[in-house]
Amino acid sequence: MTDFSCATLGCAVPVDDDHEYVLGDYEGPVARWCPGCGDHSILTSVEKLLVAEQLKPEQTMFVSGIGCSSRFPHYLKTYGFHGVHGRALPVATGIKLHRPDLNVFVVMGDGDCCSIGAAHWVHAIRYNMNMVALLLDNSIYGLTKKQTSPTTPQGFKTNTQPFGSFLPPLNPLTTMLGTTNVSFVAQTAEWIPAHLYATLRAAYRHRGLAFVRILQRCPMYTVSLYERAVKDPSLTELLVHDDGVLTPELDAIYRERRAHDPADINAARQLADDTDRIRLGVFFRDERRPCYDEIRRPTKITASERIALLDKELDRYAV
Amino acid sequence: MGLSTATLADETTAIRPPSVIRLPEHTLEIVSDSGEGAQKCGQIFGAVSAKMGNGVWTVEIIPAEIQPPPRTPEGASGNRIRIGSGAVTNWGDQVQLVVAFNEQVLLSRHRLGALADDAIILVENLWGSHPNPDIQKAWQQALVELATRNYRVIEVPMEEQCLTIDENPRKGKNMFALGLLAYIYDRSLERIEDQIAYAFRKKSEDVYQRNVGLLHLGYEWAKANLDFRIEVATSTSEKPLVVMNGNEALALGALASGMELCAMYPITPATSVSHFLAEVFEKFGGILHQAEDEIAAAGVAIGASYAGKVAFTVTSGPGLALKTEFIGLAVMTETPLVVIDVQRGGPSTGLPTKVEQSDLLAALFAQPGDAPRIVIAPSTIEECFHSVITARRLAEVFRTVVMVLSDANLATGVQPFPRPELLAEWQASEPDLAPVPQDTRPYEWDSRTGLAPRIIPGQPNGMFTVTGLAHDERSKVAYGSGVHQRSSTMRSRKLAVLQQMLTPPSIKGDPSGGELLIVGWGSTRGAIEEAVDRARAQGLSVSSLHLTFLSPLEPGLAEIFKRFKKVATVEINYSDEPTDPFITPENRRRGQLAWLLRAETLVDVDCWTRVPGEPLRPGAIVDAISSLIDGQRRLVS
Repeated sequence: MTDFSCATLGCAVPVDDDHEYVLGDYEGPVARWCPGCGDHSILTSVEKLLVAEQLKPEQTMFVSGIGCSSRFPHYLKTYGFHGVHGRALPVATGIKLHRPDLNVFVVMGDGDCCSIGAAHWVHAIRYNMNMVALLLDNSIYGLTKKQTSPTTPQGFKTNTQPFGSFLPPLNPLTTMLGTTNVSFVAQTAEWIPAHLYATLRAAYRHRGLAFVRILQRCPMYTVSLYERAVKDPSLTELLVHDDGVLTPELDAIYRERRAHDPADINAARQLADDTDRIRLGVFFRDERRPCYDEIRRPTKITASERIALLDKELDRYAV
Repeated sequence: MGLSTATLADETTAIRPPSVIRLPEHTLEIVSDSGEGAQKCGQIFGAVSAKMGNGVWTVEIIPAEIQPPPRTPEGASGNRIRIGSGAVTNWGDQVQLVVAFNEQVLLSRHRLGALADDAIILVENLWGSHPNPDIQKAWQQALVELATRNYRVIEVPMEEQCLTIDENPRKGKNMFALGLLAYIYDRSLERIEDQIAYAFRKKSEDVYQRNVGLLHLGYEWAKANLDFRIEVATSTSEKPLVVMNGNEALALGALASGMELCAMYPITPATSVSHFLAEVFEKFGGILHQAEDEIAAAGVAIGASYAGKVAFTVTSGPGLALKTEFIGLAVMTETPLVVIDVQRGGPSTGLPTKVEQSDLLAALFAQPGDAPRIVIAPSTIEECFHSVITARRLAEVFRTVVMVLSDANLATGVQPFPRPELLAEWQASEPDLAPVPQDTRPYEWDSRTGLAPRIIPGQPNGMFTVTGLAHDERSKVAYGSGVHQRSSTMRSRKLAVLQQMLTPPSIKGDPSGGELLIVGWGSTRGAIEEAVDRARAQGLSVSSLHLTFLSPLEPGLAEIFKRFKKVATVEINYSDEPTDPFITPENRRRGQLAWLLRAETLVDVDCWTRVPGEPLRPGAIVDAISSLIDGQRRLVS
């Protein structure tokens, strides 16, 4: 993978004891999502990642907004911040700026991230801070009971657009790939755990903001959305590359594959724009882009140093 | 008619020494089109006057636009400076001297009643002989309008003079004007040169030399042509002093408090706090984050605060409105947060550059659900500095939101005050990342006080998820009525605990009582107290008290109020006049502090409030005091 993992950047505290973390160190109370909800599968993959990367639970932070998916932190035994609708990214930005030592994950839904929180979304991509952002996209508002979200397919009937969604859905991938300083955009699906896990791992190891859109079914309201894709792997194309994700265990099932170099942003934009088929994999990755949290890292000073400096500032105003 | 438009050089020679007018205090203004630098001139004059040992209060005259059309009354930009032999606490009533770069900006001050009837006016004379006949006509009309008062108008060939050493006088007239003032008030040219060097520290040596040249030119012109000087005695203070504006004081207070992150979004009149921090904060181990919007600024500050040292955000009314939801989250999650609101006129975009005290009730109550938070209001520049230190400490101890209500008057006003003796204990300590004892609950409320220690990410054994949903002591989402009742009680109890720690406010005037008690808050303190002094000198039975804590309110108010026949607030926010059509005691909408005091004390608190878009004048408050007392007497008899 890459040399620019969070650990080499010094934002993870090196393991200073021999304690080996196991699944039970991360598992919180039983999740209260509906049976069949894609969130369960994502939670499992995330827990697996935490074990694999041996992240200290007390050094790990999940920040969420509001919605079904934003309950995510409650079901983990790390630190969690379940804030307000659409605003997980600003809270995470504050945490990471002040505490670069923490591993920060952000969990958002499609309404959360792409609608009410869209302003923060665009700017978080530009800030490109060392965090992982997960967009749990089930194309619907679930918690408030089936309203059209920005990613709801055109014509899909909901309680707020009962004759079918009026407009084509917003494409989160092209939005992000068109944003200045984007550094990692991937797409995966909750019903393909091997791909989901491999993508999360690549995201975690990325330097900068790793943004993963996870296609997801809502068992109550959008179960039909990916029904065909779930049953017929030939409808899904995997983007493969040494610098992206490789899932040899899926070779036998997912035969539609396309070699795509994540360094090629023009190809990434074209592939993202063509929504005729589902494409999973790393669309774009560039670790050379500036990270706001690395640029903004002031030197710590002591209380007496602060007093001395402030005394000097006051001299400017002395009568 | 005292109008004199003669050019003094013709009739006065420099041989006769000028008459020196000695006064205990003097108020002057300098006004120009935006971009001509009257503000810089006024700021330097104010700072130098303070450094020489005068009491000083300055107020900026600011249009909302950066460069409104030239030569329009609405575009007037500049400074009022009130200097005194003793302390000066407010901008006073009317000005005795004004320097104007054109007659239109002068008219704006005249029409607003800013000029005393016998004010001395020094006005650029270029416009009377301007090639454009419309401008000539406007000049003539202005002179006619100004002649309705007893002003002494002195025409000054500013441009003509500046052209002798500079080809672009529009950019240098302000330094010429500063030279005039330096002569009139006998200010030290050396000190002024130091200030010019500082003001243009980012510019080249040429720029400095050019400005100093213009300064001396103005000084020499005044010396050769003016027949008067004004002396306001200076005195040196035993204590060392500093002189700055309120926003600089807020920023320095933030540094002194040891906070390390400020997230903000540009908004007038709060932004200059961030300009200051942007230059120095990194040296202090801090980050100034300009967020993508007001909401994100609150979110970033909350995230940082949650993860370590208390952080803060700086805004003004419209921004405060946008931050409302996040402020509720901070209260609900008991995340310490300092919110500085430099108030301006509202509602909506309102009066962006003008003072108002209209955010009080929003600061207290703008929130769905019950969200108790602490609200304090500095009343002087010095208090701006200390209020941030207090706010940081209160936010941390009480794990809640502390709002600091400053305003446009304090933000741009300049005043000297004793240099703070910096203390290490003012600073936030480093977060303790030691392991917490097993099974420690994140909201382990002391059931008497509602206080609970805070767990910070990084602490082993402390892992939990904060949530804005109703939650129990373990921070578990809990909708049960008993749980919400208890957690609401605990969050509210903290304010009662703080209130019990406060001392009753002191009374200026007669603490034993009298006919009228004036209650104020925030930047109006100086004007109110000067008015009370003047009214008492006239024999009126009036006293005043000034509140620093608005939430919780300072103790003992109901008892104090009972000692006075009448209690009234004086505020810069809107209230209906009792004599207006349709207005009855039942439907009258009162000033915001009056509203609060009536609710909290069950006393029939009256109010006198105005929204003039400028600070209150002490003279107007004296008039209000008289009529409030007369009204009370009529009511009794």
